[in-house]
Amino acid sequence: MKLYLKYFEIHLKSAMQFKGSFFATIISQFLTAFTVFLGITFMFGRFNSVDGFTYEEVVLCYAIILMGFGLSQLFASGFKVFDSMIGNGQFDRILCRPRNEIFQVLSQRIDFVRLGMLFQAVVMLVYSLVTCPVDWTFSRVLTVIFMIAGGFVLFSALFLLDGSIAFFTIQGLEVMNVFTYGALEHGKYPLSIYGRKMLTFCTFVIPYALIQYYPLTYVLGRTERLWYMFLPIIACLFVVPCWIVWRIGVSRYKSTGS
Amino acid sequence: MRKYLAFFRTRFNMGLQYRTAAIAGLACQFFWGAMAILAFKAFHDTDPSSFPMSLPAMSSYIWLQQALLTLLTMGGMDNEFFSVIESGNVAYELCRPVDVYGMWYSRSAATRVSNALLRCVPVIVIAALLPAPYGLSAPPDLLTFLTFLLSLVLALAVINAMGMIVYMITFHTITPRGVRLIAVNICDFFSGDIIPLPFFPAGFKEFVELLPFSATANVPLRIYSGDLHGPEMVKLMLLQVFWAAVLIAVGKLIERRELRRVTVQGG
Repeated sequence: MKLYLKYFEIHLKSAMQFKGSFFATIISQFLTAFTVFLGITFMFGRFNSVDGFTYEEVVLCYAIILMGFGLSQLFASGFKVFDSMIGNGQFDRILCRPRNEIFQVLSQRIDFVRLGMLFQAVVMLVYSLVTCPVDWTFSRVLTVIFMIAGGFVLFSALFLLDGSIAFFTIQGLEVMNVFTYGALEHGKYPLSIYGRKMLTFCTFVIPYALIQYYPLTYVLGRTERLWYMFLPIIACLFVVPCWIVWRIGVSRYKSTGS
Repeated sequence: MRKYLAFFRTRFNMGLQYRTAAIAGLACQFFWGAMAILAFKAFHDTDPSSFPMSLPAMSSYIWLQQALLTLLTMGGMDNEFFSVIESGNVAYELCRPVDVYGMWYSRSAATRVSNALLRCVPVIVIAALLPAPYGLSAPPDLLTFLTFLLSLVLALAVINAMGMIVYMITFHTITPRGVRLIAVNICDFFSGDIIPLPFFPAGFKEFVELLPFSATANVPLRIYSGDLHGPEMVKLMLLQVFWAAVLIAVGKLIERRELRRVTVQGG
């Protein structure tokens, strides 16, 4: 942990070397999230609800998923550049060091520009916490925290899987973006609006619905099932298969020799 | 003119080399389009009377948007120019006895066209096979289709000129990441990439239509789906011509200013 803090400090310092570019990128990250939010706002200027969810409820939903996504982009984006680490032989050096490989890959990159995205998420979260007609009991607040944490773990697992694929393909696969960026973009609405089949896919194949739709219905008082609250924790089990793929990748790893 | 055509041709052939990347991108676009249509359909089902377009028109809009993604969005800018500027290799470009603006304009247009050609055919074919109201429907008549094509060319001229301005600004800032993403975000939003312009609030929509950003994908896509017609359509197409001319002029102006004081990075 102490070592991670050291890395944290180094990354922060290096980001500060190019202040103009750094802040411009933070602004652009904020704009990405903000334009999606504006889109939602314009849609609800026309429609009162979608599939029974009101504007405030959709904003809460988007805030939670954006927060989970932004946090995982902030801390786990080392896996996004992992294909280049294999390509340029940096991973060989990592294997030589007496520390866990995942820890080292994670500490190679802390993407501070994602703070722009997180800022938008915090604003929306505060807005919806105030305006949603929800009785904020302890268990509901806890559920929201679980959802954010679950989202963080789930997206990080997907980035880990994305990185692991580079063991087999050397180049990263663009297709994986569908499961990360795509899930953020389309997860702004509660997943039930995409129909039953999509909801089933998002429950059993990649457990997006476990961190989003089901606990959300509990928070909004649509269901009395208290156990929905713990579904985000079950979603975290998705890390296990991703980690296994990673282990297989590491054990079969052949250096690219550069 | 011939040398610009040659730049266009070599670039175009280069783009056609990366077929696997194109197939992977295709899968993404298909999924993206399907999810977007399902989301809009959910709004339509909740309250059909508030929906400003017909559902089949909406689906056509989304599928064409996916098919022409690299042709008509800011995201279709050519990474090579940014890396050339950042690495300092731009010096070689400046040595060539041709006008930089013209050369880059034709090359970046070619990148857009070659990327789009590869991706658009399969998306259009598959989308056309989908059942109504989810699929891509045929345009109302032949004249509409021809106007769509004309407007498509104008949209390409505008978006490419806008991309050129971003390249020229990069001469100034060197690192492209921030400027580029800000340009992409603003342009995407005002060109109806996140939600189509008919969904914008009344009043605000009329204002946005005057901006150069909406002179891009917005016009041809709405002509095709039959949402835009009559005098309104003529007005927006004239605006496309106007913005193409203005943006090219501005781009050249910035080019002249920046090149006079360009500092080449590295060696």
